[in-house]
Amino acid sequence: MTDKKLSKEKKTDKSEITLICRCEDVTLEEIRDLIAEGYTTAEEIKRITRCGMGPCQGRTCRELLLAEVARALGEKVDKVAPTRYRQPTKPIRLGGIIEGDTNDLG
Amino acid sequence: MKVIPMTWAKAVSSCSLDNLPKTADAVVIGGGVIGTSIAYHLAKKGFGRIALLERSYLASGSTGRCGAGVRQQWGTRLNCLLSIDSVRAFERMDDELNYSRSIEFKQGGYLLLAYTRREADQFKKNVLLQQELGIPVSLLTPLEAREIVPILSTDGVLLATFCPTDGHANPFHVTYAYASAGKRLGVDLHTFTEAHEILTESGKITGVKTNKGTISTNTVINAAGPYSGVVAQMVGLDIPFYPERHQILVTEPVDPVLGPMVMSFSRRFYCQQTPHGSFIMGMGDPKEKPGFSISGTWEFLVEMATEITKVLPPVGNLSVVRQWAGLYDMTPDAHPILGPTPCEGFYLACGFSGHGFMLAPVTGKLISEIVCDEEPSIDIHGLDLGRFERGELVIEPSVV
Repeated sequence: MTDKKLSKEKKTDKSEITLICRCEDVTLEEIRDLIAEGYTTAEEIKRITRCGMGPCQGRTCRELLLAEVARALGEKVDKVAPTRYRQPTKPIRLGGIIEGDTNDLG
Repeated sequence: MKVIPMTWAKAVSSCSLDNLPKTADAVVIGGGVIGTSIAYHLAKKGFGRIALLERSYLASGSTGRCGAGVRQQWGTRLNCLLSIDSVRAFERMDDELNYSRSIEFKQGGYLLLAYTRREADQFKKNVLLQQELGIPVSLLTPLEAREIVPILSTDGVLLATFCPTDGHANPFHVTYAYASAGKRLGVDLHTFTEAHEILTESGKITGVKTNKGTISTNTVINAAGPYSGVVAQMVGLDIPFYPERHQILVTEPVDPVLGPMVMSFSRRFYCQQTPHGSFIMGMGDPKEKPGFSISGTWEFLVEMATEITKVLPPVGNLSVVRQWAGLYDMTPDAHPILGPTPCEGFYLACGFSGHGFMLAPVTGKLISEIVCDEEPSIDIHGLDLGRFERGELVIEPSVV
């Protein structure tokens, strides 16, 4: 195997296993492909891949996704619109919401 | 420092800020599912140069916030005909639009539950109408309904109706599928481009002024969803129309346990399980006032949780990961306004009152026919703007 071929395979392997969103199994490669297709907002990439839509709601991947978009646009990351934060802050059981509403202490 | 691949630079330039055309044969205002469907259908007819304006990103408004349902179980002939046509379009959409992903159309059916005597009587009438039009719907006893949805509580259910070819699709993918197919046919998609002013001369459209420049055109189609009233006022047109907030939530994903969309009109809820596994559910609030607010409330979370654990008790074990809200574009008769206006060249495709997503395919087709001065393939003259002045409202008995 030539050095050139080896380095190419290494690169492919690496991108295949770089997970950006751990809840929804979204890879760096998928995100880069979407940017190449012209999807250059974090909101759109989120909607197509579900990146950040899982139980942790983007606690890890939001920043990583923004960094990728910023890099592609040649912008600083603070110039790229982040995806929206919404309630609840942590997942809560639907049944628990009712119990909480009807069993107030005191 | 990593070098940016060429493809990226190309992608970025394709949505650069200064490529607004000087002229267009038609300008579509609104980059939701309705606007992208219209732009695609116009391009398919070879209408000429079409520019679509979206003030944010595609599907950023009501489309991307909707409950995503697609049903044919309606109480008026017209709604049945429109939705039959749309379901056929959703069935073949991935192929027709040559979409590289999937619109995730799941035909798990719609199970409608009747809890009141009046509702049960209405359902019996609806089913006769629907069957006459060839919709494969059937009337079910509560126990038969539970065979279809084993997690259903039949408490209070008088009867149910079920149509197996109803279902739901992914609103983001449907919009992107129309947008990318339109783009291949030459549609200019301009995101982050907001229409500020519509130019007219002696009652005729002459152009659209945006934050990125002015486009000369003789044809403007208003597909701005809940902001359609604002856009109509740009040509001095008051349409009987108001935005109304509706809330919704999504749970963590689990294995498939719910085939159909489960829905009740009298109790105002709907709930589906997406192919991804998450449950999406929403509820209307009769106390909701007209307005543009799209913030979510704690009260909704409590009401929704209370209702859904009564109807589908095991769902109470699932965790909510996110809640949000969106706007219905309401008309006095909960039917869309489709067609021309007194302002020559200005067309309306708005007022869908919560059913825009499911009607998007047929709307795109019909509006493109009207704009091309053809006879629409479904007779929709009753959905014109003039019906409100004439007092000829189209009353649909079966809405959430």
